Amino acid sequence: MADEPLVLGIETSCDETGVGIVRGTTLLADAIASSVDEHARFGGVVPEVASRAHLEAMVPTIDRALKEAGVSAKDLDGIAVTAGPGLAGALLVGVSAAKTYAYALGKPLYGVNHLASHICVDQLEHGPLPEPTMALLVSGGHSSLLLSSDITSDVRPMGATIDDAAGEAFDKIARVLNLGFPGGPVIDRYAREGDPGAIAFPRGLTGPRDPAYDFSFSGLKTAVARWIEAKRAAGEEVPVRDVAASFQEAVVDVLTRKAVRACKDEGVDHLMIGGGVAANSRLRALAQERCEKGGIRLRVPRPKLCTDNGAMVAALGAEMVARGRAASGWDLSADSSLPVTDPHVPAPGHSRDHAHDNGRAHDHDHVHEAAKDNLYS
Amino acid sequence: MLLLALDTATPAVTVALHDGTDVIASSSQVDSRRHGELLLPAVDRLLAEAGRALDAVTAIVVGVGPGPYTGLRVGLMTADTFGLALGVPVHGLCTLDGLAYASDLEGPFVVATDARRKEVYWARYDDSRTRVTEPAVDRPADIADRVAGLPAVGAGALLYPDTFPHVHEPEHVSAAALASLAAERLAAGADLPAPRPLYLRRPDAQVPKNYKVVTPK
Ligand SMILES: [Zn+2]
Repeated sequence: MADEPLVLGIETSCDETGVGIVRGTTLLADAIASSVDEHARFGGVVPEVASRAHLEAMVPTIDRALKEAGVSAKDLDGIAVTAGPGLAGALLVGVSAAKTYAYALGKPLYGVNHLASHICVDQLEHGPLPEPTMALLVSGGHSSLLLSSDITSDVRPMGATIDDAAGEAFDKIARVLNLGFPGGPVIDRYAREGDPGAIAFPRGLTGPRDPAYDFSFSGLKTAVARWIEAKRAAGEEVPVRDVAASFQEAVVDVLTRKAVRACKDEGVDHLMIGGGVAANSRLRALAQERCEKGGIRLRVPRPKLCTDNGAMVAALGAEMVARGRAASGWDLSADSSLPVTDPHVPAPGHSRDHAHDNGRAHDHDHVHEAAKDNLYS
Repeated sequence: MLLLALDTATPAVTVALHDGTDVIASSSQVDSRRHGELLLPAVDRLLAEAGRALDAVTAIVVGVGPGPYTGLRVGLMTADTFGLALGVPVHGLCTLDGLAYASDLEGPFVVATDARRKEVYWARYDDSRTRVTEPAVDRPADIADRVAGLPAVGAGALLYPDTFPHVHEPEHVSAAALASLAAERLAAGADLPAPRPLYLRRPDAQVPKNYKVVTPK
């Protein structure tokens, strides 16, 4: 449909410089420049390295996206950008570019929430999001269970990790096993040849009195590291495949169990899974199995749309345009700890939507780096 | 000709328009933590005050630092993106050169800005248009003998009176000075540097040691 909004989205919350272009719920371009190789030797994302790479990659990536989509910048209906949460310095590069681009082209600007974008991207794969949708977001930066009745205005946190993100646990166990960074894909690969039942690793926060939808992966990480060290101390060979499979099973067992339970408790018949860990083959398989058993429709975008990208930002921006949400101001700031309950950052003076007529601006510090430690360390 | 100049490499968020003859509008706000929020509204006000449309701009001039990275990148990313969207060239200029130019000093002097971590970004000049050393980042005490007896310009000099006892205006760079310097150089047929950041330090990054042993001893 030609009258659906044509939106360009920019994502720089971590180490991927992403520029995507969508028309409504149709993906036209998904250009990515990643600095992951520059971080590999550090075993994790180095914020300053990421920020420098974003600055260099931005203009070429915008060019590439426009070419890929075969559209002209002047035909865009809006520019969307991740305003947060994420690494403050990295976000600021994307926000600066998006603001300037929108201003120079005379288009509205939409500063949007990274987590809501991870959910909204599924529209590009499976069509409009069912309302409500339960979403499990799992990556190196986040592990959250979110319930949304309208992705542009109502995202409610059901649960989240109380310590490490799921993807972080993968990275750390890969490091203990000397498998390199990032850990997700390599653990997945080794786990395919291992026995997931070989070692009984703990399932965090699954006791009867534990919070039903929160996650904890720190205890699991420690248990796996101890098990490996004990093997090494005894001079025995570490069964890498079995460790990978058993560790992975412990993670995806808890994730899928809690997500399915949340769907049932809330009477939601759709579950979407997003974030980099959604690329994990065992997570997909187990979620499919448990959703089928529970009568829940599972929606998981293709892996390239699960990891951080600009298309997801464009997808949410297009939805903002379609639903007539207020645009952001030219003084939009990067907000490293933007709450998940703010799907976008409207210009001051606008109420965020008709349902919550409070137009509240949260008053915490705009550029502090504290949040990066719990998001991306 | 209409140059849009901007700089975010010092605590100042500074913008100016230059028509090839004169600075026709300029503004500066000092707030080292809000470059990202302040810059674009400042450009918007600047154009409105000057009564010029953005598409009349023929080139962008941006201070490339050295300066604290997070703020510095705001100016550079904004300049790059204006260049992309307007299809106009983007020129870089060393931020210290802007300070030197605005000082109007005749003899040799030094420009120093705050590099945080008890260091300064600095360079030596023979006069307000002629830089004679590459921009560098150092502890003031370590360069005391190289700047001894020279007047100094910039907020970095104000911070360390032991090393820089004779401080001259201005404290922060102004885009008006950068624009004038750029216009002068362009008129003389000179090439201006590419708009790439002068970081002068490697990124802070520690290679994690081998994984922490968690088994109790
Ligand atoms: Zn993400």
